[in-house]
Amino acid sequence: MHPVLKLLTQRIALSLILLLMISVLIFAGTMILPGDVAQSILGQSATPEALENLRAELGLNDPPVTRYFQWFFGALQGDLGTALTSGQDITSAIGSRLSNTLFLAFWAALIAVPLAIFLGLLSVRYKDRWPDKLISGVTLASISIPEFLIGYVLMYLVAVKLRWFPSVAMINDSMNLWQKLNSIALPVAVLTLVVLAHMMRMTRAAILNVMQSAYIETAELKGLSTFKVIWRHAFPNSIAPIVNVVMLNLAYLVVGVVVIEVVFVYPGMGQYLVDHVSKRDVPVVQACGLIFAAVYIGLNMVADIVSILSNPRLRHPK
Amino acid sequence: MKNIPVSALIGLFFTALYFLGAIFAPLLAPYGMAEVVGDVWEPSSADYLLGTDNIGRDLLSRMIYGGRTTIFIATVATIISFTTGSILGIFAAVAGGWVDQTLSRFVDLIMSIPTLIFALVVLSVTPVTVPMLILVMGLLDSTRVFRLARAVAVDIEVMDFVEAARLRGERTVWIIFREILPNALSPLVAEMGLRFIFMVLFVSTLSFLGLGVQPPEADWGGIVKENKDGIVYGIPAALIPAFAIATLAISVNLVADWVLNRTTSLKGGRG
Amino acid sequence: MSEPLLKVRDLKIGATVYPPGEKPHDIEIVHGVSFDLMPGKVLGLIGESGAGKSTIGLSSMAYGRGGVKITGGEVWVNGRDILQSKLSDIRKLRGGEVTYVSQSAAASFNPAKPIMEQVVEAAVEQGKFSRKNAEARARALFDKLGLPDPDNIGERYPHQVSGGQLQRCMTALALCPEPDLVVFDEPTTALDVTTQIDVLMAIKEAIRDTGVAALYITHDLAVVAQVSDDIMVLRQGETVEYGPVNQIINEPQEEYTQALVSVRSIDHEEKAPTEEPVLSARNVTARYSGTKFDVLHNVNVDLYPGQTLAVVGESGSGKSTLARVITGLLPPREGDIQFAGRTLSPDFKNRTREDLRELQMIYQMADVAMNPRQTVGTIIGRPLEFYFGLRGAEKRKRIQELLDEIELGDGFIDRYPAELSGGQKQRVCIARALAAKPKVIICDEVTSALDPLVADGILKLLLNLQKIEDVAYLFITHDLATVKAISDNIAVMYKGKVQRYGGKTEVLSPPFDDYTDLLLSSVPEMKLGWLEEVIANRKMESAGN
Repeated sequence: MHPVLKLLTQRIALSLILLLMISVLIFAGTMILPGDVAQSILGQSATPEALENLRAELGLNDPPVTRYFQWFFGALQGDLGTALTSGQDITSAIGSRLSNTLFLAFWAALIAVPLAIFLGLLSVRYKDRWPDKLISGVTLASISIPEFLIGYVLMYLVAVKLRWFPSVAMINDSMNLWQKLNSIALPVAVLTLVVLAHMMRMTRAAILNVMQSAYIETAELKGLSTFKVIWRHAFPNSIAPIVNVVMLNLAYLVVGVVVIEVVFVYPGMGQYLVDHVSKRDVPVVQACGLIFAAVYIGLNMVADIVSILSNPRLRHPK
Repeated sequence: MKNIPVSALIGLFFTALYFLGAIFAPLLAPYGMAEVVGDVWEPSSADYLLGTDNIGRDLLSRMIYGGRTTIFIATVATIISFTTGSILGIFAAVAGGWVDQTLSRFVDLIMSIPTLIFALVVLSVTPVTVPMLILVMGLLDSTRVFRLARAVAVDIEVMDFVEAARLRGERTVWIIFREILPNALSPLVAEMGLRFIFMVLFVSTLSFLGLGVQPPEADWGGIVKENKDGIVYGIPAALIPAFAIATLAISVNLVADWVLNRTTSLKGGRG
Repeated sequence: MSEPLLKVRDLKIGATVYPPGEKPHDIEIVHGVSFDLMPGKVLGLIGESGAGKSTIGLSSMAYGRGGVKITGGEVWVNGRDILQSKLSDIRKLRGGEVTYVSQSAAASFNPAKPIMEQVVEAAVEQGKFSRKNAEARARALFDKLGLPDPDNIGERYPHQVSGGQLQRCMTALALCPEPDLVVFDEPTTALDVTTQIDVLMAIKEAIRDTGVAALYITHDLAVVAQVSDDIMVLRQGETVEYGPVNQIINEPQEEYTQALVSVRSIDHEEKAPTEEPVLSARNVTARYSGTKFDVLHNVNVDLYPGQTLAVVGESGSGKSTLARVITGLLPPREGDIQFAGRTLSPDFKNRTREDLRELQMIYQMADVAMNPRQTVGTIIGRPLEFYFGLRGAEKRKRIQELLDEIELGDGFIDRYPAELSGGQKQRVCIARALAAKPKVIICDEVTSALDPLVADGILKLLLNLQKIEDVAYLFITHDLATVKAISDNIAVMYKGKVQRYGGKTEVLSPPFDDYTDLLLSSVPEMKLGWLEEVIANRKMESAGN
């Protein structure tokens, strides 16, 4: 088998194993840790009979391993169980919320990725001059700022004072694309700001690393123009690190989205997860945790696959 | 100490200010933590310097007590994260073999889920108390310290002076404490500042989501949550604790950045 | 007489340094150097590290590496002062009139592109040749430089050819645009000695056949003597001596040049084997865990008390692995290590403290062999404390004695390694080994990271200490000159086997086996015309076969 193919297979297998282990961990974490689900639902004043009935109904009396397999195979077939608090089918509840979240994340990524790469390049081009210093100063600050501060400041200024955009990001299926975009403009702006700093900083580091290689010096000593040096020699070697940076930060976006959805009361996965953590609705938390983990693991896998594919040593073995 | 850059001095000043505020909170706060003293969301006045909050408590007093809670939780969680992570990390590097494999793979596993998501999953079943929060935050974050400590220790471990010590017949304890630790300390200490910032942001985020410090106690994140509804009516009370979190984090970051630069230049810039 | 191709006048070069704990400031690293290079001639620039030779070489392309800036003087190429030229004109010069061959071709080729594309890039870009003609020219150069399969090697990626081949590709890259001047910056330093001679000959012939002029930069006077017409000796950014190659090699005027020419002429009489060997490797076969082939095959060598066994070989010969087996870092698959009449445990963890004490080690890189957070006193004092229980004043006295023995004297005991020069660091490592009062010291390439004169000092010290302390050395090296200077017995290793073994005179006298012959004849000698002689001999031999 071609070494690249072998590595790719290994990498994909690794992700699947990781996901499997994560599912065990999430399941075990919510079962073994102290705290009785039935008690949490019914409260301290519940009668022992009521507790016992609920336990039986939820299948809490089965051995954990049986419950895990039931849950896991259910999840594989798209059945994530029913929510304890509302009795709703989790899969259908998550469906629309997941697409809302992905809609939000997609637009944030669409703006943030090109902008971050452009600013990263700018920062390299003007290394140690004022554009670079300004960019790294802003980066340092924005890494230290909690997401909800950016969210509320923008909401306060843009939505409340200037009244340009709605302060609450409601969307539903009856809206057209333009209305939807208008509605999510603020959360997208905040998410962009949140990931931009990290992405820019890491892009800058990745390109600088390549620019310090001896083969860049060779190219300069061939009398090539700065543009040709970067385009022909730096760029082909920067793809893998930059894709890595982008993927890592998209994964970071997955976390940012949780807080932002709460700030803007956006009907997405993050809001759904947080609501049900406070309600101690374990099946929902497990389902959401698994989906977030799968997205995260998937993005990391894509990053590794790109770096395998772009490695000349692997593509052209000896 | 004369070579401290201005940015680090500013950072040091504000960091010290916040810590002192936290330590002497009962002396500084004009009113009680949960004392209702005025109307809902009163603007700032001579009596209430920062105004009042969503149920009429003095915001300044709540900010001072809230800062105390935030800083306390972040500090203890950082200490837990740091000791667990660095001890296990260096131990894994020195022991090698299956010990290293087991620990490292386990950490990889934990880190393959975003920390916040993992914390939410765990907090959905555990009682949300301050000690539990600290423990969950500290242990989850120790995975990052573990990776750094292990990486630093592995780099030092392969150096000839460590091999020389082994060949001399030195015990593992000597190798860890005399040969590796002194060389690993400066990158680890610099990282400690970053971990502290992360903890401040982490606990604030959890409280903001309503899953951290529970009322009537509050930390800065909790105060943001209590007052966030005011934003829509143009009342900026929620921004004050949010700004406090940001300035604390930026100040510590400035200090950490300076420490990091100083330690890399000590090594002759080869980092 | 025609105009010089390259005329350098009073060249001054500065750099920004970042000392720890201080503000960055500018220093001058080249202080007014002048020379002429006529078309088609070769000027050798020679000096130790820090002499400024690479910096001077790159200034002929108006290029400063890192924070290096040309601060004064003139550099005339083909009749114009390039320091006054516009950047666009300098770009026409770089890669067109003047080209560059670096020390590490492996790092200087872009890993993401095939070799051919990179070799012809400058020639096409500067408008010297069409792409098609440039490729034809490159293939001709590949052939001339002795590369295998010259028609197709250009299709390969840099990681698909060997180090020696890549270095030749880099030479082709530099010659392809038909430049007037090529700057060779230590082009053979990273190569094994048997590879170096081929690359050196290829470069020399290519220079001769194309009539290009060259600046040849190296730290090895014997190498530069083979290819140069003139030589400039540099030290700390200043010219020490500048003249025709014949005069520099045969009648050096300056003391420093004389020292460089006579380096490694240490006289060491071979000692006869005594009673019993103190250390023997018996039938040692070893492999690294997780690999599928042996790196040592049935190795047998003996080291006698108070003598030196040199283990010599190129990279991959297994010489360092042998050291790891003896110290117990790599337990052998078969065979054992005999030490002072007993069998050592294969794993150092099971050896007694006495075993560990009597077998000490000195490393190649003194920088990383000492804990940077410990003072010289702590470094040397620890074995005294650990093995002999010395403390306080008694320990300090013994440390001072050891410092005196390694000729460092007062004032070093409280210094940190970062405050020492390369030679001083290596001396401290020697003192640390001696502190244990060992019977045997394993010296792993202890002089190869040092400049020649400093290395010479270390070798003399080691020989001297051997007389005083009666310690035996297992001396691992790739450098035959060092072997000649220090050894009593020699083991020549090749591909994990002992190829030739015996007393120094015996091993170094004919008749040789093929590998030893190749190895010995490849070591550059401080003699004009040596390169041609060796190549001629080899051609005769292969014709004879």
